[in-house]
Amino acid sequence: MDNVTQTLKTYDVNKTKSKKKVGNFLNDFKRSKILLLMFLPTLIYIIVFRYLPMYGVIISFYDYNPYKGLFQSKFVGIQNYVSFFTNVDFTRILVNTFLLGIYRLIFTFPAPIILALVLNEVRNNHMKKFIQTVSYLPNFISVTVVAGMSVMFLGPTSGIVNHIINIFGGESVYFMSHPEYFRSIYVVTDIWQGAGWGSIIYLAAITSIDPAIYESAYMDGANKFQQIIHITLPSIAQTVVIMFIISTGNVVSIGFEKVFLLQNPAIMVTSDVISTYVYRTGLLNGDFSFATAAGLFNSVISLIFVWGSNYLSKKFGDNSLF
Amino acid sequence: MKTKFSIFSIFKALFLFIVVMATVIPFLYMISVSLSDKMYVLRNEVLFYPKGLNFEMYKYVLTDSRVYAAYLNTLIYVSVGTFISLTVTALGAYAISKEWMIFRSFFIKLMVICMFFTGGMIPTYLVIKGIGILNTRWAVILPETVSVWLFLIMMSMFRSIPKELEDASKIDGVSEVGAFWYVALPLSGAAMATIGLFYAVSYWNDFMRPLLYLNNPKLFPLTILLRDMILSGSDMANKGQASDDGGFVVVDSLKYATLMVSVIPIMCTYPFLQKYFVKGVMVGSLKG
Repeated sequence: MDNVTQTLKTYDVNKTKSKKKVGNFLNDFKRSKILLLMFLPTLIYIIVFRYLPMYGVIISFYDYNPYKGLFQSKFVGIQNYVSFFTNVDFTRILVNTFLLGIYRLIFTFPAPIILALVLNEVRNNHMKKFIQTVSYLPNFISVTVVAGMSVMFLGPTSGIVNHIINIFGGESVYFMSHPEYFRSIYVVTDIWQGAGWGSIIYLAAITSIDPAIYESAYMDGANKFQQIIHITLPSIAQTVVIMFIISTGNVVSIGFEKVFLLQNPAIMVTSDVISTYVYRTGLLNGDFSFATAAGLFNSVISLIFVWGSNYLSKKFGDNSLF
Repeated sequence: MKTKFSIFSIFKALFLFIVVMATVIPFLYMISVSLSDKMYVLRNEVLFYPKGLNFEMYKYVLTDSRVYAAYLNTLIYVSVGTFISLTVTALGAYAISKEWMIFRSFFIKLMVICMFFTGGMIPTYLVIKGIGILNTRWAVILPETVSVWLFLIMMSMFRSIPKELEDASKIDGVSEVGAFWYVALPLSGAAMATIGLFYAVSYWNDFMRPLLYLNNPKLFPLTILLRDMILSGSDMANKGQASDDGGFVVVDSLKYATLMVSVIPIMCTYPFLQKYFVKGVMVGSLKG
């Protein structure tokens, strides 16, 4: 009996609690009404342009026909994935995508750190400002322009690079038609465009280091190189790790634009990556389901990369992005 | 000790000299070639300064109706796009910056997921086709209305406004919208400028969306025109060739002139706006 009343009592308490909760909820809702209204355009945007496409990946499990619509199309399961993985192009585009991404991680990633380390040693403030302004500029130039410049500079007749090679008595090389140069061109233009701008974050981290540490190191007889290696680098380690996690996410989600712009039929062997393959098969050949399968494969791999490097940095250090 | 230090300064100076030169020389070269007489260009004699100075190529570019139309299109995309993006982002970020907003953390999660996972090119294309904006100007403007990254930066900027100011305005009887309009916005002018500039640059440089979603050449922005002219060679390039008789070297200087015409607006305004951009990165890095 006692037990029952106890249960009833707790039930009653729970009931009033939940009533109160509903009341609170309504109150909160009313209070937030205007805020919700302000957020509404963003919410609509997020749902329509970000979440609808995520839902749209289910067409990769159908034999999607744009004239029939999704529900009239035939469900084919993982057939599109099987034909993607067994495609003759699969190994090539996967290797190209990974190599380009890894090259970028090895060469493009450290460039802004080195630039920031050196820039930090410039004592003349006007000089520093000038170098910063100059080195940030390429970041604001369209990828189209950068690709156009690279193609023209590397051109066989009037390009400045061959011009210089000729001055030193070398033969002209048409870089854009030799597949072996593509990755270097991609990485060099990447560094040219992004190193200056990327250095801002590291410079900010460096300036927050206590100058007293440098002074005491100087007293102990540490030279500039030793100061950089033993003080500056460890102090900006957290920033470096976070930026590294973000860039590993980009290892496979290679930007479509630049690869597409630099591509030409002669260098397809090294320059065809997943995103350009998706564009070709999906939008040019109209094979929507197959291309979506390839695209989803790319998104999932890049998600695994971000998650993986985040996990590793959490495990072996104290730094993580989320 | 002393000598080691000077080795370092020599290395430092050399390194920075190379950095500056590597950035400046490509532009210098483009300007020189585009301003040079075709004779010198043909003989490959132009390097860092124009020879036989003339503005012929720029006349070509600036009187070409296609360049003109593309320029206008780009300006439309930049102005309308930046206005819409900034309005939507500011309203939404202000709402989310209030900790007592209902569903707040859910909405934030919803947005952060978008940073790491996307539906991909084809489903996005099909959505844009499905809602009927394919091949219209909206297809370039709407798909990038809100950048999650800029949204989060904006949010943290609004959060840095002292709460007391808004509380005071509420005691004075101002509504939530009023607090946004009369207190938050005037206090975040620099933040709005920063975010607006980032949006403007991304619309100015946008290439992928016009490429994917536009068919009609009348709607093409500058970036698409540049691709057509420089990377795949086209009518206008041929026109220059035919009327000038100088082979494709002269066409090259025409191409450089076109590239410069698209770069000059950014080169001229950017040094003055740089501090806003840098500020945006700083706030972003603090959040990171």
